[in-house]
Amino acid sequence: MLNALWQGKTLPVLAVCAVLAVFWYAGSVWLNADMQRDAFANAGKADFTMAELIDGTWSQERPKLPTPGQILVELNKTILDTAPTSKRSLVYHGSVTVSATLLGFLIGSVLGMGLAVLVVHVKSLDRSLMPWVVASQTIPIIALAPMIVVIMNQFDITGLVPKAVIAAYLSFFPVTVGMVKGLRSPDPLQLDLMRTYSADRLQIFLKLRVPASMPFLFASLKVAVAASLVGTVVAELTKSEDGGFGARLLAGSYYGQTIQIWSALFAAAACAWVLVTLVGIADRLVTRAMGARP
Amino acid sequence: MTGVKFHRPIALLAGILAIFAAVAPIDLGVDGLALGDHLWSRMVFGILGVTALRDSQDTPQPANAIWNLPFAALLAAVEIVDLAHMSGVRGWGFFCGIGGVWLSAWRTVDIVIARTPTRGRRAQFMRLLVPMIFGATLLVMWETLAISLEVPKVILPTPFAILLRLVTSVPTLAADFVQTAQGVIAGYAIGCGAGVLIAIVIDRVPFLQRGLLPLGNLVSALPIVGVAPIMVMWFGFDWQSKAAVVVIMTFFPMLVNTVAGLSAAGHMERDLMKTYAASYNQTLLDLRLPAALPFIFNGLKINSTLAFIGAIVAEFFGTPIVGMGFRINTEVGRMNIDMVWATIVVAGVAGSLFYGLLALVERRATFWHASYRQGVM
Amino acid sequence: MVRSESASPVIETSDLSLTFETGDGPVHALSNISLTINKGEFVSLIGPSGCGKTTLMRVIADLEQPTEGSVSVNGMSPHDARLKRAYGYVFQAPALYPWRTIGKNIALPLEIMGYSKEERAERVCKGLELVNLTGFEKKFPWQLSGGMQQRASIARALSFDPDLLLMDEPFGALDEIVRDKLNEQLLRLWEKTQKTVVFVTHSIPEAVFLSTKIVVMSPRPGKIHDVIECHFPRDRTLDIRETPEFLDVANRVRQGLREGHSYVD
Repeated sequence: MLNALWQGKTLPVLAVCAVLAVFWYAGSVWLNADMQRDAFANAGKADFTMAELIDGTWSQERPKLPTPGQILVELNKTILDTAPTSKRSLVYHGSVTVSATLLGFLIGSVLGMGLAVLVVHVKSLDRSLMPWVVASQTIPIIALAPMIVVIMNQFDITGLVPKAVIAAYLSFFPVTVGMVKGLRSPDPLQLDLMRTYSADRLQIFLKLRVPASMPFLFASLKVAVAASLVGTVVAELTKSEDGGFGARLLAGSYYGQTIQIWSALFAAAACAWVLVTLVGIADRLVTRAMGARP
Repeated sequence: MTGVKFHRPIALLAGILAIFAAVAPIDLGVDGLALGDHLWSRMVFGILGVTALRDSQDTPQPANAIWNLPFAALLAAVEIVDLAHMSGVRGWGFFCGIGGVWLSAWRTVDIVIARTPTRGRRAQFMRLLVPMIFGATLLVMWETLAISLEVPKVILPTPFAILLRLVTSVPTLAADFVQTAQGVIAGYAIGCGAGVLIAIVIDRVPFLQRGLLPLGNLVSALPIVGVAPIMVMWFGFDWQSKAAVVVIMTFFPMLVNTVAGLSAAGHMERDLMKTYAASYNQTLLDLRLPAALPFIFNGLKINSTLAFIGAIVAEFFGTPIVGMGFRINTEVGRMNIDMVWATIVVAGVAGSLFYGLLALVERRATFWHASYRQGVM
Repeated sequence: MVRSESASPVIETSDLSLTFETGDGPVHALSNISLTINKGEFVSLIGPSGCGKTTLMRVIADLEQPTEGSVSVNGMSPHDARLKRAYGYVFQAPALYPWRTIGKNIALPLEIMGYSKEERAERVCKGLELVNLTGFEKKFPWQLSGGMQQRASIARALSFDPDLLLMDEPFGALDEIVRDKLNEQLLRLWEKTQKTVVFVTHSIPEAVFLSTKIVVMSPRPGKIHDVIECHFPRDRTLDIRETPEFLDVANRVRQGLREGHSYVD
C-alpha cells in the first residue's frame, strides 16, 4: 500500500507541493522582513523577537509575497463570503472572464475545424493559406488584443464580444493546425484500403479522416482553451471597467494589493485547470465512444 | 489525390470582371463609358481579361503561355493599387478590377501549384512562392479596399500607411525592440537553461520526476502571464521584471520536454551502453542527451513564442517609456493605430525570425532525425 | 562426445532459473538451465518464441538477473565480467546511433572505454575491413542498407576485441539472401578471430550451418530440451546445406523443437 503510494503520482506530487509551500512561507519571511522591520521601527518597537518578526511577515496587509494562507483567506472571502453579484466577488469576475473565454473558444474552434476541412480538400488553400496559419503560431499575435478592444469600442461594441473575438482568434490557429494534422494522419495504407472499397471523398472523410483526427483535435483544443483564457485576461487589461480577472490583476497592481493579485491569479489558474480538464474529459468520452483503448 | 476543381470558373469569372474593368467607369460620378480616361489602366485590364478568358478555355496552350495570366495579374495588381491612390476612383469598373485581380491571383496560385515539382530546389522555391502570392494579394485587397471604401485610419490603416509609419519611426521602433528583446533573451536563456538543468537533475530521482511532471504539465496550461504585475512589483519597471515573467513562462515547457526527451532513447540503445559498462555520465552524454535533442528543440521552439508573449504582456503592466508592449498600449490609447500595426509587424518579424533561427539550428543539430532524412523541407 | 576445441569453459550455468513477476502471475522464463560453453565454440540457442533463449543470453550479459542458480562468465559473475568488458553484444536491430557516422559508431565503445584517439582510428579501420565496410566510415547509418547496418553493429561489438561475442537474432530482420551472405561472412570471421560465439536464432538452417553446438530450447517454462554437437569442417560454404549430414542434424533439431512444443499444449 505504502509502496503503491510511493510508486504512484499522488504522494510525489503532494511532497513536491509541501516543499513548495515551505519555500513559499520562507520566501514570505525573506521578502517581507525589511518592510516588517520598518513597520516595527515606525511603531517605536525597537526590540522584537524572531517569532514576532516572522508572524508579522505572514500577516502584512500589502506584503511583497503573501503566504498561501493569506491567499486562501482572501479567496474564501471573495468567493464564499461575498455576494456573486458584487464587484468585489471573484465569482463575478470569474464569470465575466470565463463566459468570454468559452464564447470565444467555441467560435474559434468551430471556425478552426471548418477551415481545416477546407484546407485538407482544397489544395490552393493548403499551399497558400496554411503556411500563414502555421507561421501565426510563431509570433505573439496576442499583441493585437488591445487594438481590437479599442477599435471595437469605436463601434460601440463593448463587453463580452471584443474579448470573445480575441479568445476566438487565439484558439482558431492552434485548432486549425492540429485538425489539419489530424485529418492528414491516416497513413497511405489506410487510405488505400478505403480506395479498394471505392469509397467516395465524404465516406473517406467521415469514416477515416475524422476519427483519426480526434486525438490531434483534442490535444489542440486543450492548448486553445488555455490560450483563450489568456487572451481574455489580456483583453481585460485594456478595458477593465467590465471586470474580469484581468481587471482584478490591473487594479491590484495599481493599488499594490498583492493579496488581491495573487488570489485573482489563483482563481484564474483554477478556471484554466477546470477548462482544460473539461476538454480532457470530453476527449476521453469521445475517444472511448470511438473504441480507443481507455 | 486531386483537390476540388474550380479552375475554369475562376479564370472565366476573372476574365469577365477584368473586361468589365476595362470598359466600365473607373472614376466616381462619370456616367457611361469614359474610355478616354485611364487609358493605360483599361489596357492593362483588357490584357488581363483576354489572358484570363483564354486560360479558362480547355484548348491546350503552348507551354510558356501558361505564365501569361500570372504576369497580366501582376501588372493589373500594380495598376489597381496605383488607381486606388488617385482621388475620385470609386467607379464600379474599379471594383470589378479588384475582383478580377483577386480571382486571377487565385488562378495564379493554382497554376504555380500545378507546376510545382515534388522535390528539389525549384520545388522549395515554388512552395515558398505560393504563400507569398497569397500574402501579396491580401495586402493588395487590403490597400485598395481600405482606401476606396474610406475606412478611417484609426480603425484600419492601409498597409502602405503602416509601411510609411514603420520607415519613419525606425529609431523609436528600434529602441522598443531592444528594450523588449533584453527581457526576452535574458528570460529565455535563464528559463530554458534552468528547465534543461533541472530536468537532468531530477532524472536521477524518479520520485521527483513523478512529483514535478504532473505539476509541470498543469502549470504549462495556466495563465502564467498573470504573474506579470507581481514581477513588476518585485523587479521594477525595467526589463528585469519582463525577464522574470519570461523565466517562469518558459521553465515548465522546457522541463517537461527535456524529461520526455531523456526517456526517448530506446531500450536496446540503453542495454548497449550497459554492455559497455558505461557510466551514468557517459550514457547521458553519448546517448540520452543526443536522443533528447528533438524534444529539447521542440521546447525551445514553443518557448520562443511564449517568451515574446510574456515580455510584451508584462509591459502592459508597467515599463519605462519604451518597449513594444508599452508602445502598443500607449499608441492604442492615442488612436495611432498605424504605429500599433508597425510595432506588431516588428514583433511578428522578430518572433518568426527567432523561430526560424531555432528551426535552422535544429536542422543542423538533429539532421539525423527521421523528420529530416527525406530531403524535402 | 568429441571435443574439437580446447575444453576451457567460458560460460557455465548451473540450475539457472528466472521468474518474472507479472500482473497475471509469475512467468517462468528460465528453468534449471545447466549449460557449459567452451572457448572457441560457436553455440546457437534455438527455440520457438517465449522459450527464454534471449533471456538466457541477457542473463549471461548481466542485462537480466537470475532468481536462482549460478552463472559464471570467464570464471566471474556476469556483473564483474560486464564491468571487465568481457563480451560484445549484437542486438536484433543494429541500434546504431543515427547522429554518429558509421566510423564514430564503431568507435563508441572505444571512447567509453577510454582508448586513445590513434588507437580508435586504427581499430575502426580494422573493424570496417573485417565486415567489408571500408569506405563507408563517413556515412550515417540511415544512409546504409539494413544488412550493412547490422555488419557495422558487428564491427562495433568486435572493436574492443572481446573474446566472447553474444548475438541475439542479429539477422532476424533481414531477407533470406542477405542473411545467407552474412552467415557465411560471420563464419569466416569466427574462423579468423577464434572468438567464442553465443548465437540466438529461430532459423534451423542458420543454426546448423553456423554452430559447433546447438542448444534446443522449449517454452513454458523455458528449459533446455536437447544439445546437439555438430562438426562440419571450419571452411564450409553454403553448399553444405544440400548434404545428407547437414539434413540429418537439421532433422534432429526440428525433431527436438517439435517435441519441445508437444508437451506444452
